[in-house]
Amino acid sequence: MITVENLTKRYGGFTAVDDISFEVRPGSVVGFLGPNGAGKSTAMRMMTGLTPPTSGRATLLGQPYRDLHNPGRQVGVMLDASAQHPGRTGREVLRVAAISIGVSKTRVEEALALVGLNDEEAGRRVRNYSLGMRQRLGIAAALLGEPRVLVLDEPANGLDPQGIHWMRGLLRRFADGGGTVLLSSHLLHEVQIVADDLVMIGRGKIVAMGSKEELLSRGGTSVSSTDDTRLAQLLQAADVPVTRTGSGLVVEAEPRVVGEIAARESLVLLELRSGGSEGLEEMFLGLTAATSREGDAA
Amino acid sequence: MNSETSTETQTGTAPVVGGGTTGTASALEGRPGVPFGRTLQAEVRKMVDTRAGRWMVIVMAALVVFILAAFVLWGPAEDATFDNLLQIATLPLAMLLPVIGIMAATAEWTQRTGLVTFTLEPRRGRVVLAKALGALALGLVVTAVAFAAAALANLAGTGAWDLDAAAGAGLVLALLIYVLQGVAFGLLFLNTPVAIVTVLVLPTAWTIATQVFSSLADVGRWIDLDSVTRPLFAGEMAGQDWAQLGTGVGVWVLLPLAVGTWRVLTREVK
Repeated sequence: MITVENLTKRYGGFTAVDDISFEVRPGSVVGFLGPNGAGKSTAMRMMTGLTPPTSGRATLLGQPYRDLHNPGRQVGVMLDASAQHPGRTGREVLRVAAISIGVSKTRVEEALALVGLNDEEAGRRVRNYSLGMRQRLGIAAALLGEPRVLVLDEPANGLDPQGIHWMRGLLRRFADGGGTVLLSSHLLHEVQIVADDLVMIGRGKIVAMGSKEELLSRGGTSVSSTDDTRLAQLLQAADVPVTRTGSGLVVEAEPRVVGEIAARESLVLLELRSGGSEGLEEMFLGLTAATSREGDAA
Repeated sequence: MNSETSTETQTGTAPVVGGGTTGTASALEGRPGVPFGRTLQAEVRKMVDTRAGRWMVIVMAALVVFILAAFVLWGPAEDATFDNLLQIATLPLAMLLPVIGIMAATAEWTQRTGLVTFTLEPRRGRVVLAKALGALALGLVVTAVAFAAAALANLAGTGAWDLDAAAGAGLVLALLIYVLQGVAFGLLFLNTPVAIVTVLVLPTAWTIATQVFSSLADVGRWIDLDSVTRPLFAGEMAGQDWAQLGTGVGVWVLLPLAVGTWRVLTREVK
């Protein structure tokens, strides 16, 4: 369980994290989504005791991170997969961590197997690792102490689509076993695959929060038919707000309402689905544009 | 495993996101952090498990052996006594041992491994202590190698065992002071090249400064680390020498150690 209460971090006049509060319950994989520089990493460093907050607090399993007994056994943390000594082998990185956490060498091999690093790869120096392999090593380190909470910063960064799906399976199993996962990402499609719930952050503030379905359905219903013009007229006649998009219509009503109207008039529907990611995507792009340095998101 | 049933209800004001089916999980019971022995073991291992660390130790040992062999082969035969050989063997060590301390102190920041180290043991003061003790232990091992090599060389040399206990102990203490100085400067700058250059250039800078400003010579006897450790290496410590050693170590070891530790404790780990 992760609880964040009014967490704030200011650097001089700049507010990196602005009064954020949320609670992640066991059994869930929560995506912490926001554009670069939104404050995700700063928030995660405050949760894990690496950065002192200006105000507010964060607890993991009911305790501030710094008060946890043998934190490696309780909370698995990966804040930057690239932050490894390039001269150590992957296996050595885990062995050193295992000494500190107090787990056996056998557990190191288990963790390597869990993330799919084979014997040859584990014996290679981290210098020669691809970003995807570093991510797997970082996740192995986080899982080493069999923790109940995972805090992962950009874990899917550098993974291929297959790797992202693998990660989804891994984290889902972890959560199904009663674990709590908070992972960050700056890519909507990535976090859509891996996480079930989202906390969206922009300019240090939480802008949206909830289950993926809930947030996605804010975008209304997407529909396309053989005759979109006629469908739009019918929907407007039924007092349902409609907007035309490139590929069809976006309707602010349940898919069922749209389907019934179309069926009554014997219109052929080609596509009918809840939301689509348009609403969330628009919101996310808006955030990105607002925080991007260039400002010309043309 | 303490699994007492937790009946406390969460009264937090934070909005909940996700899950909620498995109830609340509580933390493991126990003192914060990790037992010190494990931190020490991990820190010592980190000093020698990289190529840079391992080669540092190998190069030091090789230099000692090389210098001793050269002295026995080509040096003045009558000078090849145990005491003399040991003095010669420790010359490169006095210069290189601080680097062990520096690398131990700076790696967490230059390679950013601190992100892992300080999440596994959030009480950073204990990590600093483990690094200092680990570097001293490693320094002792290297010094022991120098003693053994000097003894072997002495068998090939004059075979005169002229080292008294005071000189031997003084030598070890002096070398440990240099190791600790390395740790201190590493913590102070948290940057390997800057710390190494500073430690190596400092004695020379003092020498130049005392030549330019002759008044500094008097001060130097109290705070120039090279001159305050000279009687220690020679095993000739007298009353005032200890006081001068104390001030020198205070200025160049303890002060940077204190400031550096404070930096590590308060610095944001990124």
